[in-house]
Amino acid sequence: MDGDRRHLLLWFFAAATAVKLLLIPSYRSTDFEVHRNWLAITHSLPLSEWYFDETSQWTLDYPPFFAYFERFLSFFARLLDPKIVDLHKGLDYSADSVVYFQRITVIFSDLSLLLGVYRLTRKVETLKRNLICVLVVWSPGLLMVDHVHFQYNGFLLGWLLLSVSFLQDGRDLIGGFLFAVVLCFKHLFAVAAPVYFVYLLRHYCWAGLATGLRRLVALGSVVVAVFAAAFGPFIYNGQIQQVISRMFPFGRGLCHAYWAPNFWVFYIILDKGLAFTLRKLGFDVQVPSASFTGGLVGDSSPFAVLPQITPLTTFVMVLLAITPCLIKAWKKPQPGLVGRWIAYAYTCGFLFGWHVHEKASLHFTIPLAIEYPIKVLLLLLHSMVMWLGFTALYSDEKALKEKEGGESKSKFEIGCIEKGYLIGLVLVEIVSQFLHPYFLGDRYAFMPLMLISTYCAVGIMYSWIWQLLKILT
Amino acid sequence: MPKKNLSGDGTAAPIDAWWWLSHKGTTTSFLCISLFALLIRSAVSMFPYSGAGTPPKFGDFEAQRHWMEITTNLPATDWYRNGTQNDLTYWGLDYPPLTAYQSYIHGILLRFFNPESVSLFSSRGHESYIGKLLMRWTVLSSDALIFFPSALFFVLVYHRNRAKSQVAWHIAMILLNPCLILIDHGHFQYNCISLGLTVGAIAAVLCGSEVLTCVLFTLALSHKQMSAYFAPAFFSHLLGKCLRRKNPILSLLKLGIAVIVTFVIVWWPYLHSVDDFLMVLSRLAPFERGIYEDYVANFWCTTSILIKWKKLFTTPSLKSISLAATVLASLPSMVHQIFSPSNEGFLYGLLNSSMAFYLFSFQVHEKSILMPFLAATLLALKIPDHFNHLTYYALFSMFPLLCRDNLLLPYLTLHLLFTLIYHSQLPKTKASSFSFTSFPGYVFLLRTHFFISLVLHVVYLTIQPPQKYPFLFEALIMILCFSFFVMFAFYINYTQWNFSSRFRSADKEKKQI
Repeated sequence: MDGDRRHLLLWFFAAATAVKLLLIPSYRSTDFEVHRNWLAITHSLPLSEWYFDETSQWTLDYPPFFAYFERFLSFFARLLDPKIVDLHKGLDYSADSVVYFQRITVIFSDLSLLLGVYRLTRKVETLKRNLICVLVVWSPGLLMVDHVHFQYNGFLLGWLLLSVSFLQDGRDLIGGFLFAVVLCFKHLFAVAAPVYFVYLLRHYCWAGLATGLRRLVALGSVVVAVFAAAFGPFIYNGQIQQVISRMFPFGRGLCHAYWAPNFWVFYIILDKGLAFTLRKLGFDVQVPSASFTGGLVGDSSPFAVLPQITPLTTFVMVLLAITPCLIKAWKKPQPGLVGRWIAYAYTCGFLFGWHVHEKASLHFTIPLAIEYPIKVLLLLLHSMVMWLGFTALYSDEKALKEKEGGESKSKFEIGCIEKGYLIGLVLVEIVSQFLHPYFLGDRYAFMPLMLISTYCAVGIMYSWIWQLLKILT
Repeated sequence: MPKKNLSGDGTAAPIDAWWWLSHKGTTTSFLCISLFALLIRSAVSMFPYSGAGTPPKFGDFEAQRHWMEITTNLPATDWYRNGTQNDLTYWGLDYPPLTAYQSYIHGILLRFFNPESVSLFSSRGHESYIGKLLMRWTVLSSDALIFFPSALFFVLVYHRNRAKSQVAWHIAMILLNPCLILIDHGHFQYNCISLGLTVGAIAAVLCGSEVLTCVLFTLALSHKQMSAYFAPAFFSHLLGKCLRRKNPILSLLKLGIAVIVTFVIVWWPYLHSVDDFLMVLSRLAPFERGIYEDYVANFWCTTSILIKWKKLFTTPSLKSISLAATVLASLPSMVHQIFSPSNEGFLYGLLNSSMAFYLFSFQVHEKSILMPFLAATLLALKIPDHFNHLTYYALFSMFPLLCRDNLLLPYLTLHLLFTLIYHSQLPKTKASSFSFTSFPGYVFLLRTHFFISLVLHVVYLTIQPPQKYPFLFEALIMILCFSFFVMFAFYINYTQWNFSSRFRSADKEKKQI
């Protein structure tokens, strides 16, 4: 049974790897050069200069474990082609060697995602397990962002999934340890830290005074040890302030150049709408110096009417949104539900966070570039596999239940509202990608983006509310 | 219901691991697999095309672009005529009119979005990102509009009366045909159109609608003359069927009229004078290029290592010799179909006649392996092991060509993907009365063959050939592939004849009952 399961998982992973290999020559974003530069920095400079180097505009802004990871990779990079890790000569290097090297490191690092999914679904029954594996390993978002745009998210998510899997097994110490490790790779994952904190406190450390205190000390020392391993050298060099300022660049604006479909989209639209109506009514409303649609990232207030949003505001909002989840975790910490709570925490972080990147939308500057059908086909394929898988799952369950003589009402159906939304999504895409450029050309260039952001924001809000309801009930 | 086979010890045998894909019906699973197939095609399209960045002649990509340029700027009667504006020595049109019409339509599309890529004269050697993008889109759209529906038609008809457990696998084998994807979407050609029309014609045969068969096959012939590789099979099968009817002459007449009408409609601009017609024909059969070019794994090229055909005979006599050889090679399967036509036998006949043409015809290209390979994919459920080997050697025979086009990574990846999908669900074959596997030393021979080919892969990529024999490695690859193709052709011919004796004995039993 185990061998058969591992076979199938490896099969899906190998098939996904084949597609990833074919995506090697596709469009690369600046993130590619960012990571190449980090290879160069960590290889050519001593530790004390990693967070200070400004040879390239793409400075190191991830926590130290990621820097150590790049250092590890740079060893192989130098073996392949020394120019990759050259700090000055390697700038914007785009020869075959560096493209292949970096792309293949991402493909290899996806093994951690495979491991995470494997561990997480160990106890789930066959069909469900295969479905989950396919949907995660073949996730179009991951394929587009990691293997086209270029990032290492699969690698990091693998560690996170491992951590969640240990929590679900009830082995909290290791789960907490792994989460601390993930945090030191990419601090973005800290959004779920409150959930982890409350859950571990309640589930692990709330066991009578002596045991509880012992466990608290154990957990605390593990976390401190991880952070010490990461930040230790920098604290020793007295550079911790520089590192922190690089990791948290609050000089950037509330929204990235292309709006992420989160809650702030509605806030911005409300602001613009109010400004427009107030101007029409005769009030003197100043046009803000900065603008959202200009694609700039800056610190000045871009809001005309509504109060300004500061990083603190977003922090508070995220915390407020996570609170129901924290209350549930405090009242009754269940290993089986912890995965759901962590996912909910990340949704809140996306929805209310500061300077959220929209990497999922990935606009291509050349119309109908070949990556566009790839994106569309990946999405369609994923949806179709999901639909086929779920209907198969439900018919399977139904058949089993009928065999046992019970009544089964479960049927996989997409409701009317949801169907309408999905059809609307297709329409929005057609309008913004084809109709708008055809009829209006370059005028009102912000309109398609605004339309997409708003529409997707509606969808994400819907999913957030659904998750919240699931948690509360 | 999932088909779980619970044997005594409680373990589930993976009889049908893909039931979740096909449980909603053949068409839905076809749709799902075709999405994946289109994804793979789009991904391969990102790689270089033939002749990229190699002036002055470039390659097939430039040829197709040039045809779009000619057809959108000149009237139809001048397309095949040598003239000041149409220099036939620079990639003159050498496919029948349907290719020209298709180039015209695509040329209009290109002209709309990027006029400088098809302007007369000035666009020669034009290479740009948007030009490549538009050309790739034309191939993708042709594939999706012609090959995919035909494949669906075939699958629906073929699997009408069979167990549905292997439909998904068969669809994947047809749609994820690595040779077709690499040639059409990598090297750059439009084989999907003529092969799609041929598959449609084959499906029509299985369906019993013979007039439709004739129309579709004539269209396929009018797109690429290479579709004639299948002509003996179609001809013999339809003749055999007609002879069994009450009124054979009438049936033959009906089919003949269908062919002639389709032919006249497509070739209309060139039928106004005998000269025009012959002008086109002379472009289709460039005999002056010689009996073989480069290193293709067919009989003439492989044996030319020992027998220097080009030196011993003149081109006209070589023409006749190759014609005789081709006819002789395809005769057994033709005779079989005329005397006992059957759907299954027809499919074998297609494979046999296309292999015969590939091995013995005049001016065969490496890419022509696509024709026998297509017939093999349609038969994949019946000959799974041999199909696996054929895929490997068909790809290997095109390996030097693909390396020249810098398509090494897609070659390896598509090979990997094919192997994964092939092994995901191996179809069960009935043990045949005769099988090569019963020959002593067969397995050893096969394994050694395979090992040598692996070594050749590495050698070709890493080692420089000696000065005296610059094409040594291509020649070795060619010999290896040829030896496999010959054994394969023998096996398939034998199977077809064996098939008829089983068929006839079953028939006799039925009559006795």
